[in-house]
Amino acid sequence: MRAQVNGTTRELTEGTSVAAVVELMGAPEKGVAVALDGAVVPRALWDTTTVPDGGVVEVLTAVQGG
Amino acid sequence: MDDPLIIAGREFRSRLVTGTGGAANLSVLERALVASGTELTTVAMRRVDAAGQTGVLELLRRLGIDVLPNTAGCRTSAEAVLTAQLAREALETNWVKLEVVHDEETLLPDPVELLDAAERLVLDGFVVLPYTNDDPVLARKLEDVGCATVMPLGSPIGTGLGIRNPHNIELITSRASVPVVLDAGIGTASDAALAMELGCSAVLLATAVTRAQDPERMAAAMRCAVEGGRLARLAGRIPQRFWAQASSPGL
Repeated sequence: MRAQVNGTTRELTEGTSVAAVVELMGAPEKGVAVALDGAVVPRALWDTTTVPDGGVVEVLTAVQGG
Repeated sequence: MDDPLIIAGREFRSRLVTGTGGAANLSVLERALVASGTELTTVAMRRVDAAGQTGVLELLRRLGIDVLPNTAGCRTSAEAVLTAQLAREALETNWVKLEVVHDEETLLPDPVELLDAAERLVLDGFVVLPYTNDDPVLARKLEDVGCATVMPLGSPIGTGLGIRNPHNIELITSRASVPVVLDAGIGTASDAALAMELGCSAVLLATAVTRAQDPERMAAAMRCAVEGGRLARLAGRIPQRFWAQASSPGL
């Protein structure tokens, strides 16, 4: 199946969790948040939330700014 | 003199809020932050793979500076609300500097989207610090929906044009019951001092320090300017006169 991860189409295996996508992105341990299809996925639900086919995932962190 | 800045019940000794954008590297940023004396500093939220620079959170934690996530880059209320919710999740703070700009050329706030986002975020439990136009009516409306501060611009972001409409800033500070933070447009120390003299409770700046030739020294200048302007405001300036008035006794 395919999903959009931070604007790029990625081939993911069926049942891939949000936690697995975060790891795939090489995101830092702390200071990261995830939105799936336009809604925040709380960290506590990363392991149990699976990315659906055609899902849109955004993995964000804090950078210098403002 | 004990004169803390209080925003939403949190006390700050420093009245200078800084941004972290524009610094050449983290070491320059660190020296500037320390010299500024700031206790509250903004960060932006970006995609992990496009982040480029990392380590800013660790730096702020090490320096004991509170993080204020912003919604920079958002053009609509919906985008800003989602970005604020992501920042709350990532950084474990319900404080947000709300920015909803209309276009890239001016980076001026979109008042309609801004007010809508402010209202939604307040209802969602956020402490909202909105970056707004120097419009006394909009400032009042932002306060009415429950914002913790109002943060009018002096001039557009990054221009260093100073405070273009001091009278509007004074209109805002004269009737606000939340702290007014002059946000954007500061070019040099006198601009920061003027903001405080006009009754602002604090100044938020980034570019003026991070892109100065010597960021650390400019940060120290801003710290002094904010303190000086605050003292002058509290001291009460003399009225302006048309004709001279001798300060020495007559012969």
